Amino acid sequence: MRYSAFSIVRNALSGNLNWRPQWRQPQPKSHYDVIIVGGGGHGLATAYYLAKEFGVKNVAVLEKGYLGSGNVGRNTTIVRSNYMLPGNEPFYEFSMKLWEGLEQDLNYNVMLSQRGVIMLYHSDGQRDAYVRRGNAMWMEGVSAELIEREQLKKMIPFLNYDHARYPILGGLLQRRAGTARHDAVAWGYARGADQHGVDIIEHCEVTGIRRENGVVTGVETSRGFIGCGKLALAAAGNSSRVGEMADLKLPLESHVLQAFVTEGLKPCIDHVIVYGGGHFYISQSDKGGLVFGAEIDGYSSYAQRGNLATAEHVMEEGVSMIPGLSRVRVLRAWGGVMDMSMDGSPIIDRTSIDNLYLNCGWCYGGFKATPASGYCFAHLIARNDTHPVARALRLDRFARGYAVDEAGAGPQPNLH
Amino acid sequence: MASLITCPHCGVRPKEEFAIRGDASLVRPAPSASDEAWHDYVYVRANPRGRTVEHWHHVAGCRRFLVVERDTVTHEVYSVVDAAAAVRGAER
Repeated sequence: MRYSAFSIVRNALSGNLNWRPQWRQPQPKSHYDVIIVGGGGHGLATAYYLAKEFGVKNVAVLEKGYLGSGNVGRNTTIVRSNYMLPGNEPFYEFSMKLWEGLEQDLNYNVMLSQRGVIMLYHSDGQRDAYVRRGNAMWMEGVSAELIEREQLKKMIPFLNYDHARYPILGGLLQRRAGTARHDAVAWGYARGADQHGVDIIEHCEVTGIRRENGVVTGVETSRGFIGCGKLALAAAGNSSRVGEMADLKLPLESHVLQAFVTEGLKPCIDHVIVYGGGHFYISQSDKGGLVFGAEIDGYSSYAQRGNLATAEHVMEEGVSMIPGLSRVRVLRAWGGVMDMSMDGSPIIDRTSIDNLYLNCGWCYGGFKATPASGYCFAHLIARNDTHPVARALRLDRFARGYAVDEAGAGPQPNLH
Repeated sequence: MASLITCPHCGVRPKEEFAIRGDASLVRPAPSASDEAWHDYVYVRANPRGRTVEHWHHVAGCRRFLVVERDTVTHEVYSVVDAAAAVRGAER
């Protein structure tokens, strides 16, 4: 069913009794051309682009929980392409462009809101760093604006400009960046993939990867064995566990990242604001709640919940940037398991096993990458060839000495 | 919970006093070891779900490196020993 103003009217007149589920609940077939492990944003986007752009339609997505129960429903919904390194920026800009056309492409309202992302700076040195980053963005054809203090005061008057330790001197703004409704992204891709014939199989946990003569022949699951021609892993925080089933040794550590939402408020924060004194980011959802988060907790973890001390630190950062936040009540807090890579950048690549493909290492930047990750991964699976914008994101880059280390933190996953 | 760490030198301390270095099960290869051995040491991680050992540095306390054995799912801490003592123990 195609969604339109007409479909709303027609369904309203028939008492809203004829809406169909957005995707089927099929029984798994015995064999698929491609099986994707992980029904999160990236796995669903991969399935969608495989079917739509690359003509591979005999595809299944296996999800151990319900669809969108992992990080795609746990992030702070920010989409942006304000990266610095030449290995990253074209990839994220490709993603940003896919975001801009996504709603029309999917015929689904993902509530993309290009409200602008501004990263604040608090010192001359930090200003220099952001000028450099802005110039790096321009060199890849992405617009960035340096907003100086007086102009910023008019734009966002409620910030703590005269903080003694971290005075706000200005910010780097990407106007095209913003937020998208994360659940709708998962649902939209699921519906789109389903319409192209992809089987989305929920509550189906992969427990083993069967190999014969050095190639994958299928997966053991909680719903029995399912054969496949190609196997694609998009298991995010559980990538090491799934990779282990095929003896992959991965440059990953799983860490917990927390996010928070406050009670609903009247519209007050128009942009996505990123604090430069720490790594705090905040935006306001269309429902009114302030959505925010900061760094990972710092210790490796598979628990989808974090530590109170980190929660306190996040709140302190927020109040330091926006003192008015101190009176707002937090409604909910939750955690997600991040597949932190050794250089802070993702991995989209083939593996030592010919028909096994790998998509992981998204650290805590996976949501904004969802469309490009899916597209590039589908490109790789369908053609056995890396998409041009993902060339720097190969698995062997560590061995070759070409790490893509945006933070310059070295091979220390909890510092990225 | 991993929020309280019992330092063998300082007693029960909040985790904010520590800097986490990472996997303590890795053994540094010899300087002449192969590129592959060094690659695995620097970049590859077992990333266990469950029991793990990590190096925690008690930065705001005794400044000793500790080996913390804990669970990555429940966040339960099983043991905390001084890293040098752990090495001596392993050598015996």
